[in-house]
Amino acid sequence: MSAHVNLERRRQAIYGWLLLLPALLLLSIFAFYPTMATLWSSLFSRGTRRNPVEYIGTGNYSELFADPTFWIVVKNNLLYAGVTIPVSIGIALAMALWANGKIRARSFVRTAYFTPTVLPMIAAANLWLFFYTPGLGVLDQIGSVFGLPSVNWLGQPETALWAIIIVTIWKEAGFFMIFYLAALQTIPEDLKEAADIEGTSRWTYTRRIVLPLLMPTTLFIAVNALINSVKLIDHLFILTKGGPSDASKLLLYYIWEMAFAFFDSPQAAAMTILVIGVLAIVAAVQFLYLDKRTHYQ
Amino acid sequence: MKRFSNFMDSFGAILLAVVWIAPLLFAFWAATHSTSDAVNLRLFSPWTLENFRVAWYGAPWLKYFINTFSLVTVILIGQFILVTLAGFAFAQLKFFGKDFVFILVLMQLFILPEVLIVENYAMVSRLGLFDTILGVGMPYMASAFGIFLMRQAFKGVPIELHEAARIEGCGLLGILWRVYVPLAKPTYLAYALVSVSTHWNNFLWPLIVTNSPETRPLTVGLSIFGAPENGVDISVISAATLMSVAPLLIAFLIFQRQFVQAFLRAGIK
Repeated sequence: MSAHVNLERRRQAIYGWLLLLPALLLLSIFAFYPTMATLWSSLFSRGTRRNPVEYIGTGNYSELFADPTFWIVVKNNLLYAGVTIPVSIGIALAMALWANGKIRARSFVRTAYFTPTVLPMIAAANLWLFFYTPGLGVLDQIGSVFGLPSVNWLGQPETALWAIIIVTIWKEAGFFMIFYLAALQTIPEDLKEAADIEGTSRWTYTRRIVLPLLMPTTLFIAVNALINSVKLIDHLFILTKGGPSDASKLLLYYIWEMAFAFFDSPQAAAMTILVIGVLAIVAAVQFLYLDKRTHYQ
Repeated sequence: MKRFSNFMDSFGAILLAVVWIAPLLFAFWAATHSTSDAVNLRLFSPWTLENFRVAWYGAPWLKYFINTFSLVTVILIGQFILVTLAGFAFAQLKFFGKDFVFILVLMQLFILPEVLIVENYAMVSRLGLFDTILGVGMPYMASAFGIFLMRQAFKGVPIELHEAARIEGCGLLGILWRVYVPLAKPTYLAYALVSVSTHWNNFLWPLIVTNSPETRPLTVGLSIFGAPENGVDISVISAATLMSVAPLLIAFLIFQRQFVQAFLRAGIK
């Protein structure tokens, strides 16, 4: 009997590893190894014809920290995250509350909110280009009706990053809405009825009952929005290319530029490691801290 | 009072909805009017399809469409195979080291493939896959997210069905194919919709690994077509943009409910 159990156990182990093999192989080639290789190459100098590649320890990192552009990019990315995360969550919540309520043209409203989600970022950027172009763009045309001067939204440092931020919010708010919508539909009707009998105002009901019940969803969305604030940079390629004078440059775009335009991959590697570090902290916080905080039941 | 607040709700919601699709509507309007009418916002100017004709002959769009189509197909097939096998191993088999490997897989959820572009580019070149559809697709095939999703789906399959199939003389792979896969159909559908729309829209990685019209997907083609250096005007760019988003957009408008459900299922694990 025990021989039989042993055989079964061994059979499961063999099958298990065989089934995992293809996925593990590809994950190793395109995730684990590249992460290690990035860490490794961030410790070596960039090879040129005269100077061969050599180990320089944290040299790339200190060079990066001495690079003023790097700090501009970090500041830009913090502003990008700091604005897009709360604003798109707020808009998503408003959208969901409306799209869940008894309003007219509800299916049109839902479709309109969600549509940007299925568009590629490149296409979104092209659509918005039509709004932002100075002189000819829709914003300027509307402005000129009210006698406002023409504004080069994408061409001046004060507004370029904000123009980028608006496109990102437009793109992701409708996506986040569907998670709120799903969560709203799980809130029992009798809570609303009880609140009505008590004569509670709608505002109080929303603030004291709905928002706390939506907390787990909000945190889930916040983590996604945070990841997006690193990932969503495609529109930079169309709208500003990081300019003018780095005013709208974001981290991932700068990594791309370092590696594929300036061919300085050790610098790009050092920056990649920093970004991975931040993402790892986010992951750890999510697993260890937030998951515990949000389970009431 | 109540009536008034209902009215205000509808008004606000519809106003926001109109603002939200305004960019798309403007693009549609610009694409169907001549450039000078579009930039001067002449609302009652005549309609034309000329911009679509100019855009269509301005770049090898048909090739781009075929490339994007093969890319999403290759990725989806690869993902289905890898994710099914791995998800099944994680869900239904017991063996030493499983939990450790599962944590490794989950870690990949946070290391975005986008961040590893430099090393992945080196790897794809080393494998001789630079500027091939397979090279664009391969890094996405072993999707940690998909493995996680399938594991959840397979865990929900009643063990009695598994036992019954075994008594009938079915091997392990036979059980996977005949019992688990058919029962997980809704999850496959949801995953497919998310995967296809993600990779239809993906840009940065294809930009890096493709180098010729033979492999370039739509997004990269569109960005080259719309580049200011090419001096293409706004109506033609709008036409090209609409053309390249049309298949996915139309599919979305028809299967809206399924799309939204798919994104939900994929998000809330």
